[in-house]
Amino acid sequence: MALLEVRDLSVTFKRKGIRPFTAVDRISFDVEPGRTVGLVGESGSGKSVTALAIMGLLPKRGAEAQGSVRFEGTDLLTLSDKQLRDKRGRDLGMVFQDPLSSLNPVIPIGLQITEVLERHRGMSRKQASVEAKDLLGRVGIPDPSRRLSEYPHQLSGGMRQRALIAIALACKPRLLIADEPTTALDVTIQAQILALLQELVRETGTALIMITHDLGVVAGLCDEVNVMYGGRVVERAERHALFAAARHPYTHGLLESIPRLDAPRGEKLLPIKGSVADNIPWEHACAFAPRCPNALDRCREVMPELVPDNGGMLRCHNPVGAMQGVRA
Amino acid sequence: MLRFIVRRLLQAVPTLLVLSILVFAWLRLLPGGPAGALLGDKATPQKLADLNHVLGLDQPIFVQYGKFLGRILSGDFGASLISGDSVLAEVGRAFPATIELAVFALVLAIAFGIPLGYAAARFHGRLIDNATVLTTLIGVAVPVFFFGVLLKYIFAQKLGILPPSGRQDVTIDATHITGFFTLDGLLTGEFDAFWDAVKHLILPAIALASIPFAVIVRITRASVLDVQSEDFVRTAESKGLTTPVIRRRHILRNALLPVSTTIGLQTGLLLAGAVLTEKVFNIPGLGYLLAQGIERRDYPRLQALLLLAALVYVIVNLLVDVSYAIIDPRVRVR
Amino acid sequence: MTTNLLRRKKDRIDDLAASGGTSLAADAFKRMSRSPIAIIGAVITVLFVLLAILSPFLAPKSPYIPYDELKNNLRPDSIPGPMPGFILGSDQNGYDFFSRLLVGSQQTLIVGVVATLIGVAVGMLIGGLAGAVGGWVDALLMRFTDILLAIPSLLLAISIAALFSHGTQWTVIIAVAVVSVPIFARLLRGAMLAQRSSDHVLAATALGVRRTTIVFRHMLPNSVGPVIVQATLTLATSIIDAAALSFLGLGDSDWTRAEWGLMLGKSQGLLDVKPELAFYPAIAIIIVALGFTLLGESLREALDPKNRR
Repeated sequence: MALLEVRDLSVTFKRKGIRPFTAVDRISFDVEPGRTVGLVGESGSGKSVTALAIMGLLPKRGAEAQGSVRFEGTDLLTLSDKQLRDKRGRDLGMVFQDPLSSLNPVIPIGLQITEVLERHRGMSRKQASVEAKDLLGRVGIPDPSRRLSEYPHQLSGGMRQRALIAIALACKPRLLIADEPTTALDVTIQAQILALLQELVRETGTALIMITHDLGVVAGLCDEVNVMYGGRVVERAERHALFAAARHPYTHGLLESIPRLDAPRGEKLLPIKGSVADNIPWEHACAFAPRCPNALDRCREVMPELVPDNGGMLRCHNPVGAMQGVRA
Repeated sequence: MLRFIVRRLLQAVPTLLVLSILVFAWLRLLPGGPAGALLGDKATPQKLADLNHVLGLDQPIFVQYGKFLGRILSGDFGASLISGDSVLAEVGRAFPATIELAVFALVLAIAFGIPLGYAAARFHGRLIDNATVLTTLIGVAVPVFFFGVLLKYIFAQKLGILPPSGRQDVTIDATHITGFFTLDGLLTGEFDAFWDAVKHLILPAIALASIPFAVIVRITRASVLDVQSEDFVRTAESKGLTTPVIRRRHILRNALLPVSTTIGLQTGLLLAGAVLTEKVFNIPGLGYLLAQGIERRDYPRLQALLLLAALVYVIVNLLVDVSYAIIDPRVRVR
Repeated sequence: MTTNLLRRKKDRIDDLAASGGTSLAADAFKRMSRSPIAIIGAVITVLFVLLAILSPFLAPKSPYIPYDELKNNLRPDSIPGPMPGFILGSDQNGYDFFSRLLVGSQQTLIVGVVATLIGVAVGMLIGGLAGAVGGWVDALLMRFTDILLAIPSLLLAISIAALFSHGTQWTVIIAVAVVSVPIFARLLRGAMLAQRSSDHVLAATALGVRRTTIVFRHMLPNSVGPVIVQATLTLATSIIDAAALSFLGLGDSDWTRAEWGLMLGKSQGLLDVKPELAFYPAIAIIIVALGFTLLGESLREALDPKNRR
């Protein structure tokens, strides 16, 4: 049995006076224990909302989640607020994008770690402090006993993200969700944080959902990748299959738009035209069609289904590869 | 922390100097100048010139200011024109009454203002929120002295359940040590005196608290609304912390930062409001001295009171800065 | 003087200053017309202004002469109540209370408006000069306004009013106006500084438009919004502060003038005899101050960039 089974998860935002907006549209995927699964897409593709829905952190008013999120067999969406609080922080951890704003500025780092240990592992403040020091050391923060009494503004960006990771992993959760954990960091720090995450999940056997818009991150970290577009999964593949032969034109476009050092000089980058704003609703078409180089008439009339393809899953009428001859 | 306090104290010195210059200038601007004010109707040009000489007002302005500053620093504020008593002694007697009233009012404003502001933010957009916002807007629109008069009329004159004026019933033989009547009652064990002093404080304190209360409610509400949507609150939720911990440790602690500044800002309002409330309830405090001093144009007394107000303001300012540094670690390092 | 307290007061002004901008008036108006609070505020304000203008024609009697029917019935412990021809009876001097209440709206509006206008004019002169010239002129003027801002407003008004040996209507107006000068000065300077770095002013500068033209054609018009918001709020505080000054005996020494603050201030001792003498002017002041406050606050909210969605 998979650790996490997401089935037909939809999230709709409803507010008075505004047309309901479906940010996540019937997505399904599994996470096996100890595996790292990537959720990849542009901003607005619904990947962060998916993470919040799994964690039960959607705004209480105005957001509605449907479908099921089975974690070790229990549907998280049906749990009461209290039951969910017991799971969050203990079985499910989350690392956020901006480490500065995600840490409470007015209480010391130490307390921000110990409070989760006290809550879920029943430790005394003293025991928790010892454990917190150990945790800080494990995430690579030098001189951890001094850092415990320091405040977030006294730490560098990379250190803050390490502290956030220490908080998320404090209770050895079985699933960790990392939402763009490196986006707000300097490039040199990004690689260190990714290496740390990889090392920690391997060590502890924690499953990881990695949310990113950066295929570079995926290449280094993920076992399996879900590419999202317009609130739906458009392609799912093992990492190597994806990089060897991306099938969906959107994935293909994402890969093509990464600058490569080994590319011949003078070769043009191929950006994906347009933006998410050009989306059309999924109901009677492929949402990506207006931006798709491979789009056929059919793409604007019939919604493609997610079907098994080449060992993975694909939602496309005219995938890359099938048309290669035509394109050339 | 000590260095922080010393630095803030040093920063307060120029503020006080500027304010002393303002008070000094204000005295020169008075109709007829200080001499004219002292002599009043009896002023003749000869008498004015004589008094000006005695007072040193014919000397260069810088010398005058230097002497003025020297007198103030040595604690010599002159004698009140009304009572003939030393202004400093007068102020010393009135001080506890005002402080007691102001502290009571501030405690009321905080004790009710913060929970109500918090509740309004928690139930943002619902009935309790709208009702709270409307109440605070009305609270600011009601003149303080009229609110006092109204309370006095209803609770003292019509219902007769609370005393209309003064600090303590004259028939009670209370021992006074500190001049804070409630504290005295507790210290001496004269609980009837204590209770009577409290009853005398209720109405004026409510009247005086009305505006700080309204302001504290509004700032708390706005601040909690801001903090609620911060990323670190989401982090706290993701840790599975219980709601009380999240509210207390993560939301309130951050939301109270601006509130603490606002509370400090209220001391100015409280001093000004005390002038009105003490007149309404006949409380022999600083505001009463000020109101009486204005009516009778008692300039030595007014000068001392204004300087005292400035001093209190600066001290409160310092206290707020220190308390701010205690709750907000980011301020300390700067 | 850069302490927390003052900073807070200044931040509030600066936030408002930064909220001015081009072509937002229509947008702001649309948002306001949906808010019930704004509508209540606007209705109260319009009714009050209409009443103030029309009151001399509406008043059934003269507010400035004692009537024998009333005067002859004045006793130390009783003041005539409603009687034919005198809807609310007498005031403590044998004048027609109802007519004085009506005409009081006019005098109250005059005190509020004139004080606010003086505050706006002087404040804008100081702030505009500081904003337009900059450099040491700016530093000096702003230091000066900071000091005034640091003094609690009622104490400042009291200090100013005490400078006059005999109170007149102008005593009150000037004392109340001085309190709002530093607020408007800081506000206008802030708004102009915000405008100075905005694209359209930069563009005009780049095109070689003269500085005075830029100030008068580009920077000033865009600062109007915040000034109107603050002026509306100041109207409310002016009327309340004026009443407080009258209560303290620092107001107009001409006690016959029909002005709500003065009427309220002079009737405190008569609560046992005829509480209406204090209550009606007080209620009138509260309603009007509330109207201006509601209008001002909803204007501020409508102009606030944070609420633009």
